Amino acid sequence: MDELLLIETVERYLKGEMDAKERGFFEEIRKNNPEIDQMVVEHTFLFNELDKQANIKAFKHSLYEVENKLAEEGLISKAELTTRAKVVFLWKKYKRSIAVAASIAGIVSIVTAATISTYNTNAGKDAITQLYAKVKSQDNKLAQLDQTIKANTSYPVSKIPPNPNYRATGFLIDGKGFIVTNAHVVDKMKNIYVENNKGQYFNAQAIYTDQNTDLAILKITDTAFKTVLNLPYSINKTNSNLGEQIFTLGFPRNEIVYGEGYVSAKSGNEGDSTAYQVSVSVNPGNSGGPVLNKYGQIIGIITSKNSTADGVVFAAKSKNIFKLIEAAKNAGDTANIKLPTNTALRGLDREQQVKKMEEFVFMVVGN
Amino acid sequence: MLEGLALNDRLVVEAIYRDNYPMIQAFILNNNGNSDEARDIFQEAMIVIYEKAVSGSFELNCQLKTYLYSVCRRLWLKRLQQLQRYGSLIENVEETVAVEEDLEIHEKHNADFLLMETAMSKIGEPCKSLLDAYYIQKKNMQEIASEFGYTNADNAKTQKYKCLVRLKKLFFAQYKNGN
Repeated sequence: MDELLLIETVERYLKGEMDAKERGFFEEIRKNNPEIDQMVVEHTFLFNELDKQANIKAFKHSLYEVENKLAEEGLISKAELTTRAKVVFLWKKYKRSIAVAASIAGIVSIVTAATISTYNTNAGKDAITQLYAKVKSQDNKLAQLDQTIKANTSYPVSKIPPNPNYRATGFLIDGKGFIVTNAHVVDKMKNIYVENNKGQYFNAQAIYTDQNTDLAILKITDTAFKTVLNLPYSINKTNSNLGEQIFTLGFPRNEIVYGEGYVSAKSGNEGDSTAYQVSVSVNPGNSGGPVLNKYGQIIGIITSKNSTADGVVFAAKSKNIFKLIEAAKNAGDTANIKLPTNTALRGLDREQQVKKMEEFVFMVVGN
Repeated sequence: MLEGLALNDRLVVEAIYRDNYPMIQAFILNNNGNSDEARDIFQEAMIVIYEKAVSGSFELNCQLKTYLYSVCRRLWLKRLQQLQRYGSLIENVEETVAVEEDLEIHEKHNADFLLMETAMSKIGEPCKSLLDAYYIQKKNMQEIASEFGYTNADNAKTQKYKCLVRLKKLFFAQYKNGN
């Protein structure tokens, strides 16, 4: 008998989908044919295992949900911030490698420079330029239309930023409107705006930058921004393992782009221990994008890639965020930031994970 | 209550958490652990009782609280040993029951679970998603056909069986190696 047909028959037999006559017939074959009998036994086992797998996964999912709910209520305590003593210790420990890392050349910061609008008025030079201009004016009309619609609805949106020429990525670390992105991104911008996946723009300000780790904290200053109660991801304090599967979201184009890969080295450029080397495809604009593991914990922030080698991308380790916030507090830029400690993404499949978190990943634009 | 647990009833799960979690958390925090580890351990203990409830062989001769405490205590001791964080346990005088046998069964289940997961991860796409959709998420063939872009349910079905043959080979190859 054909193997596929046989499997199908066995499955129907096990699920009790056969009528009495067919069943009797099949059992007869089974009795007379030890090979088929063996197959039925194996299949029963396999299906049982699959079933168990399904049940346990469903059960784990309920566990996570209950946990998250109780953590919100405060019954389950959340992970505490590391103490200051430890931060100082870590700083000393990593000082040297940070210094080394900071002095390396040949690293490209992944910030889009002047890709969004270079107004070339060489009219009629070629078809592409014209087409570009056309799209552009179309774009503006659309934007105006958008504005009128928004003005007539209660959509809380501030104006569209004037001619942004840099674009990067950032993500919320506190629902009150605190965003982490790269320091090299905000350094280039005088006016900073962030845009969420619904197309809403908000004004933002850099409240702290750290050149060593290349991280910056932005605060959305727009009153139109509504506080988000629960962020679905958490921020990991521990180091990730080599080979860990990761994914990232970012804005290498005007639309959010997903990428996946793995942790390829535990240190960044020239042994920089504050970063990872990851293998994931990124392009200018991905800067500041979150790197998450399969549990939905943020393990890093995309910072740069090596321009001369293939697939060598660096991401600042997520524990730097904790240090950054400590440092910001010490510098007096305190804003009482509370990092999310629970991930609601655990146990979900990837599409759902992305769906749940994409509204908290922002496009950072400015000029 | 255990029946509800076997059926994956969220209210039951929540009730068990409410009644028992604070005690376990206190125990682990008092013994060199942090709150993340407490969550891990409690989760694993929940899976132990879930498996027992599903198998139908769960006869509780003591309070659920005592049972859970015993399981968590055992699991935590084991974890401490692996992490080489020795030290004597500080604990309130709680009664415990023997859970070693149950945990051995749990380990076995766990190993099988991992085996299946590795086998699943090795079969590659689209097999993985296809089997996952059918057997794990329990979608029907019609939905799967449209989601994966097969022209009809029968095509999807044939593909599914092909994948199943591969899964089976991988699974049993590992299973025999492991045992």
